[in-house]
Amino acid sequence: MSAVLDHHDHAHDDHSHGAPAGWRRWVFATNHKDIGTLYLLFSFTMLMIGGVLALGIRAELFQPGLQLMNPELFNQLTTMHGLIMVFGAIMPAFVGFANWMLPMQIGASDMAFARMNNFSFWLMIPAALMLAGSFFMPGGAPAAGWTLYAPLTLQMGPSMDAGIFAMHILGASSIMGSINIIVTVLNMRAPGMTLMKMPMFAWTWLITAYLLIAVMPVLAGAITMTLTDRHFGTSFFNPAGGGDPVMYQHIFWFFGHPEVYIMILPAFGIISQIVPAFARKRLFGYASMVYATSSIAILSFIVWAHHMFTTGMPVTGQLFFMYATMLIAVPTAVKIFNWIATMWQGSMTFETPMLFSVGFIFVFTMGGFTGLMLAMAPIDIQLQDTYYVVAHFHYVLVAGSLFALFAGFYYWSPKWTGFMYNETRGKIHFWWSLIAFNVTFFPMHFLGLAGMPRRYADYPMQFADFNAVASVGAFAFGIAQVYFFVFIVLPVMMGKGDKAPQKPWEAAEGLEWEVPSPAPFHTFENPPKLDATASRVIG
Amino acid sequence: MKSISNKLASLLLTAGALIGTAAHAVNDLPGGPAVRQLNLAPPVTRIAEEQHYLHWMMLIICVVIFVAVFSVMFYSIWKHRKSVGYKPATFHESTTVEIIWTIVPFLIVIGMALPATKVVVAMKDTSNADLTIKATGYQWKWGYDYLKGEGEGLSYISTLDATQRAMSNNGAKGDIPDNYLLKVDNPLVVPVGKKVRIITTANDVIHAFMVPAFGIKQDAIPGFVRDTWFRAEKAGDYYGQCAELCGKEHAYMPIHVKVLAAAEYSQWVEAEKKKAAAKADDPSKVWELDAILKRGESVYASNCAACHQPNGKGAGPIKALDGSATVLDADHARQITVLLKGQNNGAMPSWKQLSDTDIAAVVTYTKNNWSNKTGQLVQPAEVLALRGK
Repeated sequence: MSAVLDHHDHAHDDHSHGAPAGWRRWVFATNHKDIGTLYLLFSFTMLMIGGVLALGIRAELFQPGLQLMNPELFNQLTTMHGLIMVFGAIMPAFVGFANWMLPMQIGASDMAFARMNNFSFWLMIPAALMLAGSFFMPGGAPAAGWTLYAPLTLQMGPSMDAGIFAMHILGASSIMGSINIIVTVLNMRAPGMTLMKMPMFAWTWLITAYLLIAVMPVLAGAITMTLTDRHFGTSFFNPAGGGDPVMYQHIFWFFGHPEVYIMILPAFGIISQIVPAFARKRLFGYASMVYATSSIAILSFIVWAHHMFTTGMPVTGQLFFMYATMLIAVPTAVKIFNWIATMWQGSMTFETPMLFSVGFIFVFTMGGFTGLMLAMAPIDIQLQDTYYVVAHFHYVLVAGSLFALFAGFYYWSPKWTGFMYNETRGKIHFWWSLIAFNVTFFPMHFLGLAGMPRRYADYPMQFADFNAVASVGAFAFGIAQVYFFVFIVLPVMMGKGDKAPQKPWEAAEGLEWEVPSPAPFHTFENPPKLDATASRVIG
Repeated sequence: MKSISNKLASLLLTAGALIGTAAHAVNDLPGGPAVRQLNLAPPVTRIAEEQHYLHWMMLIICVVIFVAVFSVMFYSIWKHRKSVGYKPATFHESTTVEIIWTIVPFLIVIGMALPATKVVVAMKDTSNADLTIKATGYQWKWGYDYLKGEGEGLSYISTLDATQRAMSNNGAKGDIPDNYLLKVDNPLVVPVGKKVRIITTANDVIHAFMVPAFGIKQDAIPGFVRDTWFRAEKAGDYYGQCAELCGKEHAYMPIHVKVLAAAEYSQWVEAEKKKAAAKADDPSKVWELDAILKRGESVYASNCAACHQPNGKGAGPIKALDGSATVLDADHARQITVLLKGQNNGAMPSWKQLSDTDIAAVVTYTKNNWSNKTGQLVQPAEVLALRGK
């Protein structure tokens, strides 16, 4: 507590430590909280743009026949929806959470590299503009799918180059962000905050940051080779010159599979913090959670080719990747069991963060099971590149990552803004999202089993009803997120609602609850003295 | 299981009907998708049957685990609430329990992988085929070449029915057939009960050859050959679609496999061979303008119109032919070379798989259609002379 109080006295004497005013505060931001806010606002903007593209897709697919757009535009929408959601919405949102929470959780004064932090955020703006602006280039946006498979990418117009450049920049930004997180977590923990006492969110982000550093350069390599194939006469992936298109897929998925864990591990961290807080009981099996997260991260490097069962791998290849993939179910199951054991014999209340967490566990597990189905090579032969896969990865990325982000917002926004969100509206947002999500994506399992291929602008009549249901659900889901921003986020940002106490959740643990709400501009300028559990400031 | 599926379907149907999409009366397509189909396609091969079995096994195991795990969670949610005055326990680890629930999922996963292994091995065994057919993916059609077995030497292209493509452009309004987007001009014909090996490759980008009823899906990769196999156990028509994003007409390159009884298959092969012999054009034949224009019109409609549009105006990055300098050029070689070699990195693909007569015909057609009234006549011999240059 004293560290914080010291800071207050300090701030009165020394104005240079206060928040700078006006646009300079944001453009020259070096404060982790400001940069966190920028990341979160940026990712929500991209979520809306990606969402509009998704609604374009669903509107076109509401009925069979080309209703609103030609197939070229449709392919552009599917491609850009994927790229924007993955690289613009989900990943930066977690970086925003990391910026806001990590220094506070480990008792650090800020991120290790404050100026690099600024740079890694502001790099995203030109990249995002280039991505979104590619719709207005000759020939339209890239239309080769978010996976950018060669040699289809070689046929794309100039927007493909803009897309590749944007991905390079986003990759550089992610790598800088990861270095920052690793250095912060490893070097700037307060005395007494040992690694095995760290909050789970810090642990999962530490592991995620290593994954990012390992695989972002691989993606950069793949798209650079695509670029030189397009313009400089090389033939890495161009079969006309002896290149191998399947090699592209190997390289891409060597990045791509760890990437999906990059998008889910921090979500596991958020859930692992919220469930104990609302169960009023310590997290069950903390150590096994850390080991499970690490196992998932390590396994994620040896399963990539399960995305490629239909490329025609040899028997041994299919078997190896099938076994390795199914193995991931084990640490994931351990995590689910641990969460449920944490809830078991707790004293639970169900405020919105807890609702989203329970919703996450329930719906994410469905995505986990469909993942197990897809891991089975013989079943995958039927389901690969159908709507079943679309259903699967939206169950883990929307009901997984996005729901965890919402849970995290409700949990920590009182600390960020100093105001409590409106609980009734939070609950409306949860139930509305949960129901609309399932209406959208559950029927897609049936479409996939029936053999409807993904990325189709038009489909046989027999698929019409489920597509119509999915489209209705998608619009409902989209409106729910607008409701979230206008009626929940904006009010707390503008200071409407009840004042948040320092610790709004009865049993929440962690150093972030040891500072006032809203968190002062600078926290823990001097290393705090921690108790034995490293969750409270003493003396 | 079926009755449960049906009940579930009717429940979902109510939702579908409410929004009025069931306006057209659609029927199940035998061998293709069924209306509101809930499960994998009815299997016609042993492999597909095994996949069905595996899928049911997995579904049942997963549902049982799901229900078991979440009944614990919901019981806890129901009982262990603050609002019912439940006091929290303090336990937070138990090595025994944690080891058990690591080992049990591990054993379950092994139990799942074992039956799958034997199917993987069977799926990949493409040896001792009775008939070998090469399926080549083109943007956006399939080419079938009978390489070995009865029918050896047959070779043809299979394209989506042009009227169905037009229906799609018109928003699929009015009376839509049950085989919408699945009807092709020349289906792939195979004999029943014979092991058919499909070798896949592609001409331009990656496509994927998929027939759900046979349980096969194999990417067709340019510059490489891959293979898969099936042994259809029932005669009939079976449908599939391209399953790998291959550009704008990805949704419009269906696969139709006609499985015939042995005798009927032999008859079909005979008839095809005769037709092929009759159709084989002599490239030295000298054509009249009217006759070759008629030929060119049909070549254009089935190969070029998808991109360059029936009006020859192109669209977006696709160049217009109407008024194009290359098309109007008195030097025929210029346009013929574009057709033989492609242009712009394959954005305009090579059409060398077309016959000399077809290329001559379509070049003549474009030189004399729309506002292009050059009166030029290109003979197959000119194309032949430029091949390989």
